[in-house]
Amino acid sequence: MRTTVPVAIAFLSGLLLVTAFFFRADTFVGGLSQELTVWLTIVGGFTLLLGVVSIVRVNWTAIQRRKEGWGYKILTILAVFAMAIPSVLSPDWSPLFGRAEGSVYDWLFQNLQMPMMATMFATLAFYIASAAYRAFRARSAEATILLITATLVMLWRVPMGEYILDQLPGDIPAFLNTYVMGGFNMAVQRGIIIGAALGAASMSLRIILGIERTYMGKG
Amino acid sequence: MTKPVPNSSRFVSLGLFTLLVSVPQTLLAQVAEGSAFRVDRINALVLVLVFSTAVLLYTKWAKAGKPLYLRKIPGLDAVEEAVGRATEMGRPVLFVPGIAELDEIETIAGISILGRVAKIVAQYDTPLTVPVRYPLVLAAGQEVVEQAYIEAGKRDSYDKDTVKYVAGEQFAFTANVNGYMMRERPATNIYMGAFFAESLLLAETGNAAGSIQIAGTARPEQLPFFIAACDYTLMGEELYAASAYLSHEPIMTGGLKGQDFVKVLIVLCIIIGAALVSFGYGEWFINLFEAV
Repeated sequence: MRTTVPVAIAFLSGLLLVTAFFFRADTFVGGLSQELTVWLTIVGGFTLLLGVVSIVRVNWTAIQRRKEGWGYKILTILAVFAMAIPSVLSPDWSPLFGRAEGSVYDWLFQNLQMPMMATMFATLAFYIASAAYRAFRARSAEATILLITATLVMLWRVPMGEYILDQLPGDIPAFLNTYVMGGFNMAVQRGIIIGAALGAASMSLRIILGIERTYMGKG
Repeated sequence: MTKPVPNSSRFVSLGLFTLLVSVPQTLLAQVAEGSAFRVDRINALVLVLVFSTAVLLYTKWAKAGKPLYLRKIPGLDAVEEAVGRATEMGRPVLFVPGIAELDEIETIAGISILGRVAKIVAQYDTPLTVPVRYPLVLAAGQEVVEQAYIEAGKRDSYDKDTVKYVAGEQFAFTANVNGYMMRERPATNIYMGAFFAESLLLAETGNAAGSIQIAGTARPEQLPFFIAACDYTLMGEELYAASAYLSHEPIMTGGLKGQDFVKVLIVLCIIIGAALVSFGYGEWFINLFEAV
């Protein structure tokens, strides 16, 4: 029963969504598939509580056991509630509640969360530099080809580099555009995309038909 | 005495029956009264039917005991070795099932692989940590890991906080996982699922922490980052094949062979199309594959 019911639900939902692709949105089947998408959002909303319980339990345990960095765990729990509670209270009670401009939630989002996220994203440049250094070390013939090609493509992508390439004999930008990016690069990307799409379709089919049950912990 | 029919076979039969009965009927209805069926998507329907038939046939042959060859995927062969390394070093294994919601097939593939990895981890009694970004993934991950521990006969070793929700925001999640890597220094990091801008942040941090790293994603734009920073990378379809590959079950590998068969058909279509277009007769052939 614990396996049959979920497999049957997966089968019916999967079949419905596949069938709906071949029907117009204003039909019964089309409408039903859209309804399922709404259900997913509603179920996802309810599971948010699970997330809050998990984050509080994990951090609270660390605080109780005085694990390394337990002070930060207190901040994490405080941050969860400081963001969540004022945002769900009615703005009719106070302009500090809700999510509109001037609310506590908005202030925390604009002045703390956004800058922190931007900082994390900005560090990506340094990570790219270190990864590129490792990837482009000319230790073999393949790595040397990769190094030369990547250098030319990077040069071509910036205005000054394009100017430099234009001064060299032969139409290097046209070669890069036609053969490197439009030829080798696109062919490989398409190969990966076709393979991935077929893999996804094959896995979906295995799930719909109940062959693949590992996502439920079975099999 | 009649052999009981497995549930999957019943669903297969029912699915095929529904498709075979509904499709001609729908087509007839469309022709007759201009029904709601999307005739412009008939090419996709043909592909779905060919693909489904190939997968089901190969699955049937695999079940019947026909040997099917699967090429080696080094990244998956390395999973057990990587978990063994973590056990020897007395350090945890970190598994990240991507940062997408559970309705993404990549996340489901990641969760399926998590089940296999959790079983190996449970057998070795190695600590496992699975940070997730969505509560639905948390629920599915906890279920899968608990089941893996039960199947490995290590129910008592299962800790509910093995799979934990850490943050809903992409970079908050990344900061948390990166912090964990630098503090706890897991011996093995496994990234399987949908990744975006954080792929390199995670993989480079893991590299700096000295972990052995195995990654898998179907996103071509993230693959170079994983290849540069990880020891093994599963590319595209290998991610979806991983669960079947690790299971060693014929019924699962049948689906992979069906997929390969369709890939051969696509390659043939590309060759025929290229030849026809080169000689100026390709217009009708291109129209056959036009997506709507």
